[in-house]
Amino acid sequence: MSRLAATFEALAKTGRKALIPFITAGDPNPEFTLPLMHAMVEAGVDVIELGVPFSDPMADGPVIQRASERALDYKMSLRRVLAIATEFRKTNQQTPVVLMGYVNPIEAMGYEDFANAAQRAEIDGVLTVDLPPEEAEECVSLLKARDIDPIFLLAPNSTDERIKKMDVAGSGYLYYVSLKGVTGAGHLNVADVEAKLKQIKTNTRLPVAVGFGVKDAQTAKTVASLGDGVVVGSALISKIEANLGDPERAKREIVDLLVAMRQAMDN
Amino acid sequence: MTEKYNMPDERGHFGPYGGMFVGETLMLPIQELNAAYQQYLKDPEFIAELDADLTHYVGRPSPLYHAERWSRELGGAQIYLKREDLNHTGAHKINNTVGQALLAKRMGKTRIIAETGAGQHGVATATVAARLGLECVIYMGAVDVVRQSLNVYRMKLLGATVVPVESGSKTLKDALNEALRDWVTNVDNTFYIIGTVAGPHPYPAMVRDFQAIIGREAKQQCLNQVGRLPDALVACVGGGSNAIGLFYPFIDDHSVKMIGVEAAGDGVETGRHSAPLCAGRPGVLHGNRTYLMEDDDGEIIETHSISAGLDYPGVGPEHAWLKDTGRAEYVNITDTEALEGFHALTRMEGIIPALESSHAMAYTMKLAPTMKKDEIIIVCLSGRGDKDMQTMAQREGIEL
Repeated sequence: MSRLAATFEALAKTGRKALIPFITAGDPNPEFTLPLMHAMVEAGVDVIELGVPFSDPMADGPVIQRASERALDYKMSLRRVLAIATEFRKTNQQTPVVLMGYVNPIEAMGYEDFANAAQRAEIDGVLTVDLPPEEAEECVSLLKARDIDPIFLLAPNSTDERIKKMDVAGSGYLYYVSLKGVTGAGHLNVADVEAKLKQIKTNTRLPVAVGFGVKDAQTAKTVASLGDGVVVGSALISKIEANLGDPERAKREIVDLLVAMRQAMDN
Repeated sequence: MTEKYNMPDERGHFGPYGGMFVGETLMLPIQELNAAYQQYLKDPEFIAELDADLTHYVGRPSPLYHAERWSRELGGAQIYLKREDLNHTGAHKINNTVGQALLAKRMGKTRIIAETGAGQHGVATATVAARLGLECVIYMGAVDVVRQSLNVYRMKLLGATVVPVESGSKTLKDALNEALRDWVTNVDNTFYIIGTVAGPHPYPAMVRDFQAIIGREAKQQCLNQVGRLPDALVACVGGGSNAIGLFYPFIDDHSVKMIGVEAAGDGVETGRHSAPLCAGRPGVLHGNRTYLMEDDDGEIIETHSISAGLDYPGVGPEHAWLKDTGRAEYVNITDTEALEGFHALTRMEGIIPALESSHAMAYTMKLAPTMKKDEIIIVCLSGRGDKDMQTMAQREGIEL
């Protein structure tokens, strides 16, 4: 069983939901990421989504765009993100790591070389924003052959047919993007999310994590009650951006927010 | 190749290129757009309305003009200019915006967005939005807002909101990113009019089909005026919409050479250019797979060209396919050479070309003398140069 499947299974047994932080690797500098990953695990997260910076992050709002730019200023790259994940795995064998980003850095490396490198780095899942199942066949089969879960996104306008398509192509979990828009935008409407999750759940056997619009412990608790996991990204990266001169403080604030979310979700 | 050219496939692939590389939220809207496009493409009422607009609003057909003096001066092939500069708003861009706007109207969309580089597509979009009474938002790189300020003013006069994009390199690619972000947020009421043959399927095919009027007319005019097909076609390529518009109706005419001219900026060897077909490699950007300018890590790199409309790190996927199959040839022209083309046409024929089109003129100056006097080149004069007066004056140290 994959590390992701085992994580969601263990959570389900205790009736808990996954807390999944997203951070951009290399933001605000390359040395910050590894200690932050460990600190987030201590704070109680279940899965880490590690953002691979890209020069043209079309699906991201200004907060994650700027995080990408800060990381790229240090020449952060897919290869270097894989190196960070390799280091992380040396001392943490439990927490699944999911790479999240855009397809072009993977194309540049070559699908097969990437799949091999991800396997060596013990990556658990790969979420590629601009690689829908229609274009993902080659990548998906290379990843699955190496027990790496391809993670797909669902949106408010995804039809039954498409959800079923993701259910077949994807594994690990599905990521429901609860808002039409870019990352970091707006506030989610709980009733809408609830209704959509019902539709999604009837079309997939995979766990469903919900993201976009999760800003604080209260929204995390609400969203957790609806799906199998909660993804929080821009709210964490905002802490980094607010403390560019003092990354240690950013780390403390991120840990505090995640601890508060964990407590709210578990109670 | 004896089979009739029939690209793209139903999912928008030109061989390995093209496709639908978009996030999930955009999947449904582009499928809806494709369905609507396929439907109206065969709808006689839609076609009749489009034809009427092209005739009475755009001013088509545009002339095919024999540049006799210039041809004589160059001493080789006879040069014919396809005068897209004479269209309403001054460039070929309106052929496509008129078509997409009609589609937007039929799909019940009330809001139009677009990206623009040189501002010609932005103006052409603001123009049709004004005519149809639709809200219009144009995304434009902050660098381009400065170097094409005349067009910014035109768009504002037409009632559009122009949003300067401050992210990334602040040029056309960043404007496209921002327009895609707007679309993903406002998909319900918004129609995104992409200005070039890039983006996810169906855009590359749809924009090509709307621009193919250029080549269809040119072919007929050439047959009428000269009595035979041309020997070569020349057009500038940024995203490549005017080039594909000219080339497409000739693809199965194998005696006709097709040459796309990319922007070499300071020279391809300097790395400061916008010539992905000549010096890039395949990758995925803005919803399709094509040739890109990128570094070893797959990050898109900054492009350089004196012409804002060619300053783009990608190119339409169909051009990538035509390059790989050898059906079209792609060359490049530096900023300095483009300026020579600009001046030559201006002084020899009394026609001031856009800086984008000047790249095609500059290559024609190299090509024509190598050909026989009874051979024919059709060059796409994709736009007029009025918008570039400030850039030219600045470059030549003249205060306006």
